[in-house]
Amino acid sequence: QFQLTVPVAVIFAPGSVPGDLPRPLPFRDEQEMEMSVNLRTSVMSRYEMTYRSTTAQEEAALDADTAREADAALSPLQDTLLGSLTVYVVPETSSLLPQGISIYVGKHRSAMVRAGGGLATLHMRLQQLTQVMSFTPSSITAALSDRVPDNLLSLDARRHLKSSLGYEITFSLLNPDPKSHDVDWAIEDAVNCYVQPVLDKLSLLANFSVDSQILYYAVLGVTPRFDKESSSFLLSAHSLPHVINPVEARLGSSAVSLYPMLNFLLYVPERSHSPLYIQDKDGAPVNTNAFHSPRWGGIMVYNIEAPASSQASFPLHVDVDMVRVMEVFLAQLRLLFGLSREELPPEFLLESPGNEGLADWELDRLLWVHTVENIATVSTTLTSLAQLLDKIGNIVIKDDVASEVYQAVASAQSAMAKLAVGHLHSAFQASKEAVTSSERAFFDPSLLHLLYFPDDQKFAIYIPLFLPMAVPILLSLAKIVREARQRKKEPTKMD
Amino acid sequence: MVAAGLLLLLLAAGPGQAGAGRARRDALREELLLSPLPAGDLAATFQFRTRWDADLQRGEVSHYRLFPKALGQLVAALGVRELHLALTQGFWRTQAWGQPPLQAPAGAELWVWFQPTVTDVDKAWKELSNILSGIFCASLNFIDSTNTVTPTASFKPLGLANGTDHHLLRYAVLPREVVCTENLTPWKKLLPCGSKAGLAVLLKAERLFHSSYHSQAVHIRPICRDASCLAVSWELRQTLTVVFDSFSSGQGKKDWSLFKMFSRTLTDACPLASESKVYVDISPKNKEKELLEVTPPPASVHEAIVQGDKRTYAVYDLLSPSLFNTSRSLNVQLKWKRPQDSSELPTPVLHAHRYVSGYGLQTGEISTLIYNTHPYRAFPVVLLETVPWYLRLYVHTLTIITKGKENKPSYIHYQPAQDRRRPHLLEMLIQLPANSVTKITIQFERALLKWTEYTPDPNHGFYISSSVLSALVPSITAMKDMDVEQSPLFSSLFPSSDGSSYFVRLYTEPLLVNLPTPDFSMPYNVICLTCTVVAVCYGSFYNLLTRTFHVEEPSRGGLAKRLANVIRKFRGVPPL
Repeated sequence: QFQLTVPVAVIFAPGSVPGDLPRPLPFRDEQEMEMSVNLRTSVMSRYEMTYRSTTAQEEAALDADTAREADAALSPLQDTLLGSLTVYVVPETSSLLPQGISIYVGKHRSAMVRAGGGLATLHMRLQQLTQVMSFTPSSITAALSDRVPDNLLSLDARRHLKSSLGYEITFSLLNPDPKSHDVDWAIEDAVNCYVQPVLDKLSLLANFSVDSQILYYAVLGVTPRFDKESSSFLLSAHSLPHVINPVEARLGSSAVSLYPMLNFLLYVPERSHSPLYIQDKDGAPVNTNAFHSPRWGGIMVYNIEAPASSQASFPLHVDVDMVRVMEVFLAQLRLLFGLSREELPPEFLLESPGNEGLADWELDRLLWVHTVENIATVSTTLTSLAQLLDKIGNIVIKDDVASEVYQAVASAQSAMAKLAVGHLHSAFQASKEAVTSSERAFFDPSLLHLLYFPDDQKFAIYIPLFLPMAVPILLSLAKIVREARQRKKEPTKMD
Repeated sequence: MVAAGLLLLLLAAGPGQAGAGRARRDALREELLLSPLPAGDLAATFQFRTRWDADLQRGEVSHYRLFPKALGQLVAALGVRELHLALTQGFWRTQAWGQPPLQAPAGAELWVWFQPTVTDVDKAWKELSNILSGIFCASLNFIDSTNTVTPTASFKPLGLANGTDHHLLRYAVLPREVVCTENLTPWKKLLPCGSKAGLAVLLKAERLFHSSYHSQAVHIRPICRDASCLAVSWELRQTLTVVFDSFSSGQGKKDWSLFKMFSRTLTDACPLASESKVYVDISPKNKEKELLEVTPPPASVHEAIVQGDKRTYAVYDLLSPSLFNTSRSLNVQLKWKRPQDSSELPTPVLHAHRYVSGYGLQTGEISTLIYNTHPYRAFPVVLLETVPWYLRLYVHTLTIITKGKENKPSYIHYQPAQDRRRPHLLEMLIQLPANSVTKITIQFERALLKWTEYTPDPNHGFYISSSVLSALVPSITAMKDMDVEQSPLFSSLFPSSDGSSYFVRLYTEPLLVNLPTPDFSMPYNVICLTCTVVAVCYGSFYNLLTRTFHVEEPSRGGLAKRLANVIRKFRGVPPL
């Protein structure tokens, strides 16, 4: 039974207050919504609404020409608490929002809503907005995915990475034909420019480390089909699952950490197989020439133009256009983290996250989901430890393992409590601690010592004792039975 | 499928592309040395040198090109300054084969210098050996405190080093380790070209392990980037040495070819290598010229002084386009013009033997014989012995005898063993007079192990790792000053002090010692016996306690009467 509380501040600009407000401003209100994941787990989401009118500073900020400027001016005035939302209600006739747009989501934790149509419309819009900016029933269900039957999960939910304390991101350039292509990529600059800002933003969520490598003579597992019409090679969508396996053996795992790895591969096809294009299910070429594998990473095919003159000397020196590549990889990274922008009603306008690659409220969305997932993981880990102890009685639980278990339970409970009062950041920290201690308890090597000493072997050793001892007992038992039977017969004989 | 384009705005702000003419910061050189050994065998030594002009120790370097990522991360994360790992199958017979280019003890050898910034060296060492065991599929995870030592004099850093505080050094040997294909495959995977191109094409597992000696090694060390030595580069050397017994496999002929040995030929160089060369040792012996003939004729001949001996090498440069003009592949062949008499084996200046003597299962003696065959020069040698704790050395019995006289070592470092904690470490600096044999003996007592401490198949015996001899051997031929970097193979790995001597590290034979082995079925036998006794006693007591006595009715008679009744039944007469 989870309870998630989102503090929402609704601020009315002058002239936007609906007529049918139940009480005069300011006042507080609560809305609850329950969703059930399975029979035993349900999630209660509470929205703590605070309604008030704008202050003078906010009014001044809202006077800006465009929504983006207003958003920038408003951000220092807001509450910076993680997970909280601020909604500004602007008059229906306001020119702040473009024509036809009634909800604008900014870069930070705020949004602007066009008033109109009374309180009921406002409530409906607020509900939509809060779901976009914090969590939806489906994202929470995905986080609790190990308690949900598989068939109920959407494809999207299975794509997201599992919550972890850290991730290793590896960019690999695969050059299967170094004799004809001498490929160089400015990966260091590209990582510093494009990937690092996103990861800095995400550093609240987990530790990230970025590596890159160049692998030569690494080939895909599938031979592409030659297409005469376009004189190019094609990889069809159904053969893509077979592409990764042979490459994976070359990628290697990280030697020094145990965090899950995210692989982004840039594949430069051999000269005899280029140009190479990926086809989607309908047979149309994919315009990014890339695909991604859920929870694993992404692959992009980078074609090199054949030299104009046939006398060009080999190997051909090529510098990879990192802007084109990173654009794809960053989009894939967002997808893997579940930050895809869902289909929204047309009246929504989302501000692009700018140089950081990630808006504040998107980070909040990740934190909500990961906190819930961490707590679920802790309870699964501890449950399986308990089940294991029930099954194999002679596992010794040392004091330090026991204290880790208590620690995990306490942290998980405090995370739940913090979620219920709406302190997202401290809840996330507590859930992280809970995961760490529960994993440490579960994987403690001292649990394994006596695991492989089953009872039947102990019994086998004592068979030389039990067997000779059992013989006279069995014999006398047989004798007793025989005598009892005889005694039963005897009275009838007497008659 | 991905729909990108979302982030165009942010991406457009990125930097322009790097210049095309940027100089490479890493380079690969591959070399193969084929040298016929005096006894008719053939040694093939591969060396792949990857040099990277970047400082691995600074955390930010994580973009790899030729340098393997797995090893680079290891060096950066664990604060490794120098790493030397060798996996060897077989034993290099120094006396018959001459001085090896780079010897390794049988089994697995690992020695590592850590950075002074590493606070807990033992923890880093443990972690490192575990990770390496994963990378190379070897049982290096069995390295623990019972087989790790910290030598004080034998192993000096081979690369750039500020100080030589030997507390940062760890050394361990696993003599029981068996080296096979599963160790070769990950080793090949570290090469930039894999086994797809270049010299590595010849590394075919089924041929490499069909040999008398196989040793593969990885050496990582920091080196000077240039002559001024203001910046550090990192060097990875992957070496592999095989000795083929061409005499017995070639029907008594000593002729060989690449195809006969590796069942492959060379077709191209690795496209990433900046140098790719095959050297064939064609040094004339005993001033007799041109005993052998190499085909195809080499493009150039290189003369060098290696280990105090003048050598002549035929050089094939795989990067020169003229080599593959006439034929598409290179198959180096060597023919002896007339059968040479193999009676005269030039003995190396320094070689050693070691054996165990004694009888019974209580005490024994380890003897080491060190030979100095130099006609007129004496030189010192550092001897390192590591003996596991279950052989209890008696240090007072240590005797060193040269030419019938006692030879007092000028330096002794002895660290006694602690049961189940650490091994014995004995290091000595011994002066070897010219043309002499030095015998070092030390007695030991065999300890009784706990029954869980025995290895599987304990009656096979327990291996004692090779002892290590390090010496600066005076050379017979005067060496010129030459460009060390250019000379083939290993001459640049070990520092050479001056022109008159060269560095040699030798390993003796590993020893196999029997320990008193209990009968492992004994506990079960005891249990069986006691159980039987208990059961018998229990049975009789049970009988005694549960038996009820009652008056016997007169029986139907004995056996005779029953027999008589049976007979009477047959006869149809009523029974008695």
